[in-house]
Amino acid sequence: MKSAVLVFPGINRERDMARALRLVAGREPAMVWHADAELPAGTDVVVIPGGFSYGDYLRCGAIAARAPIMDAVRAFAAKGGLVLAVCNGFQIACEAGLLPGVLMRNAQLRFICRDVYLRVERSDTPFTRGYNAGQVIRVPVAHGEGNYIADGETVARLEGEGRVIFRYSSPDGMIDPDWNHNGAMNAIGGIINERGNVLGMMPHPENHVEAALGRTDGRGLFAGLVDHFERAA
Amino acid sequence: MISNEPTITPELVAQHGLKPDEYDRVLKLIGRTPTFTELGIFSAMWNEHCSYKSSKIHLRTLPTKAPWVIQGPGENAGVIDIGDGLAVVFKMESHNHPSYIEPYQGAATGVGGILRDVFTMGARPIACLNALSFGDPKHPRTRALVAGVVAGIGGYGNSFGVPTVGGEVRFHRRYDGNCLVNAMAVGLADVDKIFYSAASGVGMPIVYLGSKTGRDGIHGASMASAEFGADAEEKRPTVQVGDPFSEKLLLEACLEIMAKGCVIAIQDMGAAGLTCSAVEMGAKGDLGVTLDLDNVPCRETGMSAYEMMLSESQERMLMVLKPEKGKEAEAVFRKWGLDFAVVGETTPTKRFLLRHGGAAMADLPIKELGDDAPVYDRPFTETLAKPAIDAASIRPPLGIAGSLEKLLGSPDLCSKRWVFEQYDHVILGNTVQRPGGDAAVVRVNEGPKALALTADVTPRYCEADPFEGGKQAVAEAWRNLSAVGARPLALTDNLNFGNPERPEIMGQLVGAVRGIGEAARSLDFPIVSGNVSLYNETNGQAILPTPTIGGVGLLDDFTASMTLAFKAEGESILLIGESKGWLGQSLYLRELCGREEGAPPPVDLAAERRHGEFVRALVRERLVTAVHDVSDGGLLVALAEMAMASKIGAVLQAPSAVTAHGFWFGEDQARYVVTAKNARAVAQRAEAAAVPLVSIGATGGRMLAVDGERPLVVTELLARSEAWLPAYMAASAT
Repeated sequence: MKSAVLVFPGINRERDMARALRLVAGREPAMVWHADAELPAGTDVVVIPGGFSYGDYLRCGAIAARAPIMDAVRAFAAKGGLVLAVCNGFQIACEAGLLPGVLMRNAQLRFICRDVYLRVERSDTPFTRGYNAGQVIRVPVAHGEGNYIADGETVARLEGEGRVIFRYSSPDGMIDPDWNHNGAMNAIGGIINERGNVLGMMPHPENHVEAALGRTDGRGLFAGLVDHFERAA
Repeated sequence: MISNEPTITPELVAQHGLKPDEYDRVLKLIGRTPTFTELGIFSAMWNEHCSYKSSKIHLRTLPTKAPWVIQGPGENAGVIDIGDGLAVVFKMESHNHPSYIEPYQGAATGVGGILRDVFTMGARPIACLNALSFGDPKHPRTRALVAGVVAGIGGYGNSFGVPTVGGEVRFHRRYDGNCLVNAMAVGLADVDKIFYSAASGVGMPIVYLGSKTGRDGIHGASMASAEFGADAEEKRPTVQVGDPFSEKLLLEACLEIMAKGCVIAIQDMGAAGLTCSAVEMGAKGDLGVTLDLDNVPCRETGMSAYEMMLSESQERMLMVLKPEKGKEAEAVFRKWGLDFAVVGETTPTKRFLLRHGGAAMADLPIKELGDDAPVYDRPFTETLAKPAIDAASIRPPLGIAGSLEKLLGSPDLCSKRWVFEQYDHVILGNTVQRPGGDAAVVRVNEGPKALALTADVTPRYCEADPFEGGKQAVAEAWRNLSAVGARPLALTDNLNFGNPERPEIMGQLVGAVRGIGEAARSLDFPIVSGNVSLYNETNGQAILPTPTIGGVGLLDDFTASMTLAFKAEGESILLIGESKGWLGQSLYLRELCGREEGAPPPVDLAAERRHGEFVRALVRERLVTAVHDVSDGGLLVALAEMAMASKIGAVLQAPSAVTAHGFWFGEDQARYVVTAKNARAVAQRAEAAAVPLVSIGATGGRMLAVDGERPLVVTELLARSEAWLPAYMAASAT
């Protein structure tokens, strides 16, 4: 699996992401500069990592969504290429029109860093085939603006088409406001686009991939992607 | 010289914080009346913050050397060798005055400043810590200060992309008028690629990099060198504004040009901005510096030489670059969208020469600007010793169980989750132990080595006995590192005190420094960097003396780091160290009896060393399953923390020799709690090592049950511990 990690000024989890890809996929990703116009030839997966692109001084992700490389990413996605957008990446993907909706400030108006529980809603996507549907995984979040919101029609469509992939839940998989740390609508933690090739999610699977550091619940996502390409090959 | 500059009057000199005799020193040094810009430069260089004039002679007594120390105090940060060709670069610094005036930006730029100190030396920051002291929770300003400071620290560190992994938060009415924000940054560099500030070579270009210069933070360092009166609010323009995004770009750009071999010398523009950095680079290299201020990138037009030289705008660097690499370095900075301007050159004259608009604005002897700063041996009076308090003389107002409940819900002992969850503590993917343990543990690159990091001080001990308090701060940091199984290597000190012109305050400083020195020598725990913050005083009321110690230790294998949580039921609980039931200056005495009295617990450094080394050996040989040091609140609080972290209970009994409240809540030093599957093996080792050890119970169940006392449900204790801070912060400001 050839992956390309985008680097915008102010992005700061690109090394975490590169390490997770290296450890799980066994291959170093290409780091792609925001001002480039093209993705490396043969890219299988584009990863938009977390951070504070351009300081997030404007609406989160709004400036990065207009960077030169994003035209190439939109074209890549339009052809069915896989895009994994995490945290600031999710915000950028929404601003770039790759995904619907927007990430607002957390309901209690504070940045939150902690482990949360995510219920995996579907296992039949290239991103989640490493998990079972209904499985609960524990991964960290670290964001101030992760509160997913969209208009009623959009949310109804997302739900109707089964495009909510991750939901914040209790450790035993219950959807409960007490376990929805940022107040997201329908406890939405991650969604895919209509075609199913772009995933946006707030939590950081890349920070839970090493047993020696504690948990490995994030590995499934990367392992699933590798599996997807191996089967396709 | 330009004629429309203000005339130098005694009032103007006083406004610049220079005492009449200090101004006479200026006149003698340069043989004429200084220009307005020169007066500003002297004020910037000779204030307490930059010159250490009150503390210098005492700081010289501190031990700063060890075979593993690469760079001690005097550079941007200290540097130690951790093997494998790697060095750890670290320092702690205060941003107290600005944080009180403007909490968010004050704290944010405190973090920014200390991060810059670390990456200026060629290190990539891998962790931050902070130690925060706030006023009485009931004081009308406290809540807003907590909210602003915590948000500011998070806002900067999270965006910059460094994990904030540990620290401490305390409340006391003596911080009502002056909160303390002490920030520590730790970075990693190759031992052969450490960068220093001394310029070398004549005619070398001096390059300005980073953000533009604005009118913020002018006189910041001078402001931080005076007490507050009723006008603290009016000092807001002296606080800088932070931009973590620019700092992140500056980090990447600096490390990139360092790797390309472009840099001869580098100095960040921190306190006193362009003045301090340029003078330091020249003076350390025995060179003069000429700056052409017309080339300084400015945020607005019409800035005067005076403003440019005193601005503390953030995210700026000054460098001497290899001339042949100038173009390459410029391309890197342009790529990151940062300013790059040649603003001057090194000269053989040892003069500090400033030109602006075709006129000479300053012409000063560069070495004397730093070296001839006033140094004071200020008169001091030693703090009077307090009498020891016999635990038996204290009537317990509550039973043991009720006392524990009260202590766990008190501001100083309650969970600080509300604070540390606002800091990204997992970014970079190397956090082995997150906040909440004795020390944070951060893996070094891909391992197996790891660093243990902690920040400690017990100000109420320092107030009662500065010498013992200074010793205790060092010993506690050393103990926290030992508790996770790390070998303590070196420390950074951040000395926060009141007005040193008062002999009793100076006595606190002198006593604490002596105590720190004695403990550091005795524990082979040298001081490699530090910062002094004086004049933490408002309307004559000083803070508690607060010499914060930041400790760094090394683990050879991060997978062997020890945590404080109970691991399983049915394990023996053992107490290492001697318990005399010392309640003087304890939190029990303060929170339960409303008394802040007596002598603090004495620190036996030989016992500290023996017990700490014993604990590390137990961890190394995997003879123990959990370790926790005993500190604030005493033994039962430590046990409750171990239970709450695991939700496993314990059955406990006290040996009969000491009164119950003294035993469970006394704050005797050099103690650890450990759990073990094989208690006999541990006891035999203890006997062989002449370390006092007593069995106090076993883990198991859902209750913390002290013999003869009401059993306490662990999850209820946890709820109590977690409740106070969120409830306090959620309450509307009064």
